[in-house]
Amino acid sequence: MMLRYLLNKIALLIPTLVGITICAFAFVRLLPGDPILAMAGEHGVAPARYEELKEQFGYNLPIWEQYARYVGEVATGDFGVSISSKRPVLEEFKTLFPATLELSFFAMIFAMVIGIPAGIFAAVKRGSWFDQSLMGTALVGYSMPIFWWGLLLIIFFSGYLGWTPVSGRIGLQFFFKPITGFMTIDSLLHGKWDAFRSALSHLVLPSIVLGTIPLAVIARQTRSAMLEVLGEDYVRTARAKGLSAARVIGVHALRNALIPVVTTIGLQVGTLLAGAILTETIFAWPGIGKWMVDSIFKRDYVVVQSGLLLIALIVMAVNLIVDVLYAVINPRIRAA
Amino acid sequence: MTQTEIAPMAAGSPDRLTGLKTFWHYFSVNRGAVIGLFVFILLVLAALFAPLLAPYAPDVQDKTAFLRPPAWQAGGSTQYLLGTDPVGRDILSRLLYGARFSLLIGAVVVTLALTGGITLGLLAGYFRGWVDVAIMRVMDLILAFPSLLLALVLVTILGPGLFNAMLAIALVLQPHFARLVRAAVMAEKSREYVVAAKVAGAGHLRLMLATILPNCLAPLIVQGTLSFSNAILEAAALGFLGLGAQPPTPEWGTMLASAREFILRAWWVVTFPGLAILITVLAINLIGDGLRDALDPKLRRS
Repeated sequence: MMLRYLLNKIALLIPTLVGITICAFAFVRLLPGDPILAMAGEHGVAPARYEELKEQFGYNLPIWEQYARYVGEVATGDFGVSISSKRPVLEEFKTLFPATLELSFFAMIFAMVIGIPAGIFAAVKRGSWFDQSLMGTALVGYSMPIFWWGLLLIIFFSGYLGWTPVSGRIGLQFFFKPITGFMTIDSLLHGKWDAFRSALSHLVLPSIVLGTIPLAVIARQTRSAMLEVLGEDYVRTARAKGLSAARVIGVHALRNALIPVVTTIGLQVGTLLAGAILTETIFAWPGIGKWMVDSIFKRDYVVVQSGLLLIALIVMAVNLIVDVLYAVINPRIRAA
Repeated sequence: MTQTEIAPMAAGSPDRLTGLKTFWHYFSVNRGAVIGLFVFILLVLAALFAPLLAPYAPDVQDKTAFLRPPAWQAGGSTQYLLGTDPVGRDILSRLLYGARFSLLIGAVVVTLALTGGITLGLLAGYFRGWVDVAIMRVMDLILAFPSLLLALVLVTILGPGLFNAMLAIALVLQPHFARLVRAAVMAEKSREYVVAAKVAGAGHLRLMLATILPNCLAPLIVQGTLSFSNAILEAAALGFLGLGAQPPTPEWGTMLASAREFILRAWWVVTFPGLAILITVLAINLIGDGLRDALDPKLRRS
């Protein structure tokens, strides 16, 4: 049953998968002007090299053959070579992606650690001043232009108070061989405490900025899910049995309320990656969001093309995982 | 309750007034929504009368007053209430003119996204079959990309600029409308009034536009409001990244982008444009919450 559900989900993704590759394939060809000149960037190419590149990229082939070729390359893990850095795109992606992952992880932790308890408390104290101000704050967070929010935090915490660094991932004096790609973990693995502290202090502001919108969404979602569950019969039964309020809320209600919250958290991945574009740009965080923006400005379209493809694949994979997890927690979905 | 409240409004009969009254009754219960509406009206007025309200033209540079702080801070003067930017332009005036851009962006994007979404959603939900499959797979595809990333890439193809940014954002937001309309059409299609209209001889176009569509309006209005604020945020983000409106346009996101390098020296050049974005988006979202409560209790989130 579970396997059938999973296979069904994967089958539904195939058209999207094909669509994503078509989008990435079309991107370079839709750019204004000659695709090879566009990919070569501002430096241009010599006529001989131009023909060579045309041959190499297969631009003299019919369009469907070009597409088949592109899919073949992508399927074998060949995502092209960056024009500005001359390194394979996949290799760049592998070194930059952990930075985005680490940032997103801490942003989500920040959002969940504050959002879930705040939402529960607001639901339990429905209509209180706490509830009202929390929902007001959540709406402000939800409406926040995060690029501005980041700049404000920099002005206050880095400029005025001087507590946190303005940009980057870790102090420049620290250098060690990456193991996991997570600065916080790597510094600990190497046993460098001051490096760990430096990495953490670099993470604080970007995590808050990136976590703000998810925090607002999670707090609102937790509150409404709790409100719904608190009115259910089984909660009333648990109360009638004489269980303590903490047990009723913490166990009986929360376990059921968390199901939609988990889904919401999973669906924030797209928001996180979009937010990462802005957050990484503001804090000069060396992740894939900044990589994409920089590549657009450098006209390194091979990177933009493959980055688009890789990011869409990640979002798709995460959504699939969320769907499956949801089915695991909630057996009613599987039958549908 | 939903149908009885919406139907009189759509009917266009003398009942419309009562419909509006009931609507206002439910809307005004929500204090936040009324505040949001009030702020929004102020913004519209500011945008309309910017040339009268603004003390200076948005692009006039005063070479004697670079980075002048706001009036209440040491070194500031009432000549420039909110201070000046790095090339000596009055920030207050630029913000007032900027309201025009943000509201224009919201209006144009929502119009484009609504038109596209309604058309596609109606076609998909009404005809089903391969039309439905083809349209909805494309919508899924658009939603598979993080919205800002897709907008960025589209602007890269179209070229930077305000109009292209609006086009890109409209395209990115449009699947939400298509999905809503499709779902609503599928729910309404088998209702008795639709069957009755069909039996009475109404054609496809009439059934879709005159019979079914007015009954799907409530969720569309709510989604439209949320998209309005989303469009403003995304356009500001594109402007901030340098791919939206281009300087010297006094668009708020673009203003922030050119202020970035002065953040540690002049807090006001960064603070005020962002505050303007936040207030606008917040006001519209408040209205959206109120509309959701007033138009459709089923959609209520809390």
